[in-house]
Amino acid sequence: MIRVNIDKCGHCGACVSVCPTNSITLVESCLSIGDTCTTCETCVAVCPVGALMVS
Amino acid sequence: MKDSYDVIVVGAGPAGSFAAATAAAECDALLIEKRQEIGDPVRCAEGISKLGLSKFLQPQTKWIANEVAGARIFAPDGTKIEVSGELAGGEVGYVLERKIFDRDLAKNAARAGADLLVRARATGLITDHDTIKGVKVQHLGEALEIPASVVIAADGVESQVGRWAGINTTLKPKDIESCAQYYMTNVDLLEDSCDFYLGSEAPGGYGWAFPKEHKAGNIGLGVLGSRLDGRRSIDYLDAFVERHFPSGQRIELNVGGAPVSNAVSTTVKPGLMLVGDAAHHTDPITGGGIINALEGGKLAGEVAKEAVRLQDFSLQVLQRYESAWRASFGKTLDRNYRIKEFFVKLSDEDLNKLVHSLEGLTIEEMSVSGLMRRVISRNPRLLMGLRHLF
Ligand SMILES: Cc1cc2nc3c(=O)[nH]c(=O)nc-3n(C[C@H](O)[C@H](O)[C@H](O)COP(=O)(O)OP(=O)(O)OC[C@H]3O[C@@H](n4cnc5c(N)ncnc54)[C@H](O)[C@@H]3O)c2cc1C
Ligand code: SF4
Ligand code: SF4
Repeated sequence: MIRVNIDKCGHCGACVSVCPTNSITLVESCLSIGDTCTTCETCVAVCPVGALMVS
Repeated sequence: MKDSYDVIVVGAGPAGSFAAATAAAECDALLIEKRQEIGDPVRCAEGISKLGLSKFLQPQTKWIANEVAGARIFAPDGTKIEVSGELAGGEVGYVLERKIFDRDLAKNAARAGADLLVRARATGLITDHDTIKGVKVQHLGEALEIPASVVIAADGVESQVGRWAGINTTLKPKDIESCAQYYMTNVDLLEDSCDFYLGSEAPGGYGWAFPKEHKAGNIGLGVLGSRLDGRRSIDYLDAFVERHFPSGQRIELNVGGAPVSNAVSTTVKPGLMLVGDAAHHTDPITGGGIINALEGGKLAGEVAKEAVRLQDFSLQVLQRYESAWRASFGKTLDRNYRIKEFFVKLSDEDLNKLVHSLEGLTIEEMSVSGLMRRVISRNPRLLMGLRHLF
């Protein structure tokens, strides 16, 4: 599962743009990951601030 | 608000607002934006060429934080070359206040007759077989279905609309710059120059320092997504700041992704057009995208008007938009993608050599392709792969 550190996330949408399964929803400062996520970690790799991690 | 529209534009960035303003001159147009505040937060270094901007809009004093005469490019070893504004990929000239600029563009759309909704997020498309017939919207907690003859997707780098229509807009990590930027004060910047820093301080991307006022400006960098390995873009930025601007204080932090990819292969479907970052229309070398967003927005707005006049929203008619952007900036995007693919592989040593080879050139004799020809002729072996492009 991918977790978001809300104290790091800058709500920029970079993760959304690379997600192959379109599992990420960004509404203002609220980021959520849907259950279609395959834990491929592409989003983790491109996040500018390291707000995403596998848990 | 009306029950249905000729045109719905999703996303009130430069591409969407300009498309809506263009279309609203003749059609019933609705512009929806998911944020509660248009233009905020900023995901941009705010550099734009004077010439490029003036092609579309009469520049307003309140949009412009600062005016620069040119750019400096720093090699990894600190050697610098100075270039004219036109040369720097068109990203210099003005340093904008995007918060004011983006809002004004949205106002222009409203003044042209468009309806505007903020805190209105597209959540899906209304479709009839393969044709897009409108947008599903969450507006302040209420689910709406708004029919439209044409939908223009201007929803930026995080674009969903294209994907809902079956267009693959997913970026590969090697085709996105992962960016971090501080708006900093107490920094010594040359006030009339936008500065670019090449090399492994920002692997596969570059660092920038764009002055906005006396001793203050946007200082940031982009690292190619595929090159991030443990260290994050913000870590690279902190090291960059420590090295070049140690006295700086951070006023604002912005992060973002800039496509440095090929343009989306199909930007139209029956009833749908993709514009701006949603169509990956940013320049693959610089990551700059405001000008192409305006141009694409305008072209899509015009084709939308045409389609409404003809009452024909088929692929055949909307294809005119795709042909128009390809004829306008498509070739440059293709060429610059190939240059980018080449440049991201160069080592610090290679980059030093390139910059050294340009020292002493006079600014007057330069143009982008002229410069590239010069670089290639002085570094034939290093740049063999690019020769055929010029
Ligand atoms: C760090 C960084 C620095 C940059 N520096 C420069 C620069 O110096 N010069 C330059 O020219 N370009 C620069 N760019 C690129 C530039 O910011 C973009 O190309 C430009 O903003 C694209 O405009 P747009 O209208 O296509 O998209 P955006 O400006 O991103 O607008 C898209 C809008 O759509 C909204 N939206 C998204 N999804 C939905 C939805 N589902 N429903 C409703 N609304 C939605 C978003 O909230 C947003 O307001 C930079 C980019 C980054 C990340
Ligand atoms: S890429 Fe990182 S900072 Fe940007 S929205 Fe995703 S989690 Fe947040
Ligand atoms: S791990 Fe992969 S599938 Fe899951 S949200 Fe991130 S990019 Fe999408």
